[in-house]
Amino acid sequence: MDMNQYLDMFIEESKEHLQFMNEHLLNLEKNPSNKDLINEIFRIAHTIKGMSGTMGFNKIATLTHEMENLLDAVRSNKIVICSEIVDLLFSCLDVLDDHISNIITSGNESDQDNSELVLKLNNKLNDKLNGNKLDAKSNSSGKNTNLSYVDLDEYVIKTIYKANSEGLYAYRMTVKLSKSCLLKSARAFIIFNTLESYSEIVHSVPPTEDIEDEKFDYEFSLVLVTERSKEEIRKDILMISEIEDVEIDEVLFDSSSIKEEIQTGDETHEIVEEDDDSSLEVVIANKGATFEKKKTNTNIIGKTVRVDIDRLDNLMNLVSELIIIKTRLEDAGKVESNNLNETIEYLERITTSLHDAVMKVRMVPIERVFNRFPRMVRDLAKELGKEIELEMSGEETEVDRTIIDEIGDPLIHLIRNSLDHGIENPEKRMKIGKPPIGKIKLRSYPDGNNVVIELEDDGSGIDLEKVKKKAVEKGVITQLEAKELNDNEVIDLLFVAGFSTTDSVTDVSGRGVGLDVVKNKIESINGIVEVETSKNKGSKFSIRLPLTLAIIPALLINIKEEIYALPLSSIREITPVKMNEIRKIQNQEVVLFRKNTLPIIRLNRVLGIQDSVENEETTMVVVKKGEKEAGLIVDKLIGQQEIVIKSLGKFLLGIPHLAGATILGNGQISLILDVNSLF
Amino acid sequence: MNSSSNNIKYVVFKMENEYYGIDITKVKSIEKIQYFARVPNAPTYVKGVINLRGEVVPVVDLRLRFELDYREVDTNSRIIIVFVNELEIGLLVDSSSEVIEINSEDIDNPPVVKESATDGFIKGIGKKNDNLIILIDIDKVIGIKEVE
Repeated sequence: MDMNQYLDMFIEESKEHLQFMNEHLLNLEKNPSNKDLINEIFRIAHTIKGMSGTMGFNKIATLTHEMENLLDAVRSNKIVICSEIVDLLFSCLDVLDDHISNIITSGNESDQDNSELVLKLNNKLNDKLNGNKLDAKSNSSGKNTNLSYVDLDEYVIKTIYKANSEGLYAYRMTVKLSKSCLLKSARAFIIFNTLESYSEIVHSVPPTEDIEDEKFDYEFSLVLVTERSKEEIRKDILMISEIEDVEIDEVLFDSSSIKEEIQTGDETHEIVEEDDDSSLEVVIANKGATFEKKKTNTNIIGKTVRVDIDRLDNLMNLVSELIIIKTRLEDAGKVESNNLNETIEYLERITTSLHDAVMKVRMVPIERVFNRFPRMVRDLAKELGKEIELEMSGEETEVDRTIIDEIGDPLIHLIRNSLDHGIENPEKRMKIGKPPIGKIKLRSYPDGNNVVIELEDDGSGIDLEKVKKKAVEKGVITQLEAKELNDNEVIDLLFVAGFSTTDSVTDVSGRGVGLDVVKNKIESINGIVEVETSKNKGSKFSIRLPLTLAIIPALLINIKEEIYALPLSSIREITPVKMNEIRKIQNQEVVLFRKNTLPIIRLNRVLGIQDSVENEETTMVVVKKGEKEAGLIVDKLIGQQEIVIKSLGKFLLGIPHLAGATILGNGQISLILDVNSLF
Repeated sequence: MNSSSNNIKYVVFKMENEYYGIDITKVKSIEKIQYFARVPNAPTYVKGVINLRGEVVPVVDLRLRFELDYREVDTNSRIIIVFVNELEIGLLVDSSSEVIEINSEDIDNPPVVKESATDGFIKGIGKKNDNLIILIDIDKVIGIKEVE
């Protein structure tokens, strides 16, 4: 059955479930005795197991199955929860997360082998159940390797192990069909049917689906569990026609061998394979894999937004109103015209609401970004040996989907910075009279047409002197300049590329690709970053973002007859400038503006338009890129307007200085200039 | 295969007294001339962008793409909107008026002329009622690689 249509849904839901699991695990760590949380986590693991099983993601299914077992033991008071178990569950969560992300990109689970984790889970369970009395009696592992573990997953190994302990036989058989066999899958089906009447087939190479689809040569192998003997089975299979040969080997291993391997740190993979035909199997398996890869290329998962049904209803209502108004307009054309104004006003109201409604559909709560931080902070704090409490508020604040995707990385960066450089060690904190537990506050709230995200820590703050010293060392500024800088200017130095103040480069942060990346990223989505800091009290980073990227306020300007739009967010001011005030210094035109030299850019030249007749005075739009400024010479200002950004498309990709296009009220197209690329 | 499947329909247009044809399955619509917004710093053959019912669509001046002489647009000029590589692109041509069917047997291989501007753009030469129709390979004409 084709499951692709459900894949999107599966991914969305698994992500949600994993997120919940993450939250509950974090809570569980704080209140280990809370049974409700255990139940909740159990329930989630169970749901994921069910879903992934249906979708055929077996690795996820087995892993969650084992998690379930462990959780069940906890639930029924057989095991007491401890930090080890929580850590183990967290690592399971990470693996699950990894699988899901891999499914998103390629449609398959990641190659990551989770057998180790599964065994750990198992071990933990057994350890605890047996009261840590694990016999390390070394049984000679002589007869256990007719079978290489490599191509068997942990589920199969476990089943075989269980079967052996129950007195059943486990066999691995390789069936060769005769070359003249025409309906291979039908033949295989008969074999399967025969076997299934008295045994359980636990594993097959290639997988059963592929066998059904005839995606195999003339050979396939199975692992099955039964109470019958080898000879009986061989006889049965050979009764079926068109079979060339059957090879059956018994698979045997006992519990101690598995455990021993883990205890001695041996990877399960290292067991020596003896039979030659295993290499053949690998080839078959590989064939299957490449085929699957081809298949997955077609299902790249698109971006989705889950929309509240009320919002869609609202949208639908507005559209129906739009239809009504359309008919009214048709009528108004026929009858007298004083109706027209009223109708147009009505139309205006609808379009405004419609715009609002559509924007809302694109909005998602910032929680989506925030919810991964508690876990991150927890892990990092552990790693750094610091005690840190993360306080989040305003997760419900809504932002445009496109922004959500962009803001994650910069925020992670800032939080890592705070943890690594900001918050001090507990000892140091005690010494200067601060509570040992550091505090990081992450806050988000809407502010007019913007969303503000604040990250505040009560750490050491930014050492401005150190920043200055470093800046001089790195040659960013001179000694002389350093003296003249005010605090804000020093902070700005932090955002210069290749600047980092930590003496030691840690894994967490301080690799010198720091705040400049953050700043660029945020500016690329029309946001700004501000920093406040005071020594020993902490620092605060504020990020201000536009609510949406699709519609922006812009200044429309004329250059000759052409109309261009400049995003208002990058405009500082507009001023007239006299032509004779423009000086040329080393081929760069500048003008003295507010006691600073401001580089001049003649837009017409950038855009390949001839210079117009020089007037005595012209208009200059002062634009900013971070702290840099420049003056754009334009012919005429038209006015400020909200514009809808349209992409220029792939065909015109890479043409410099353009950020897109917009359609003006009269249907004419105006190009939007990318101010950042101009200087 | 029956004979009808050997017939492919082509949208025929004219430039510099020559007839050209584009596979009709690639054509979305044919539009009259409207306001072009010039795209600065784009390749010369990019005439500009137009507003096609709320979408911004780039238009290629096919004359310039084929290195023919520049000619002002007039009332006969048309923009053929094609859909190639998931891109919507307009082709500015002198005029376009009909759709014809050509049997694959009436299509000759393109002449091999080295270093011509249209090298590789031509898929074949179609013959219909004593007229020669240059069938162009639209994917090559607006290959994304060429826009740099």
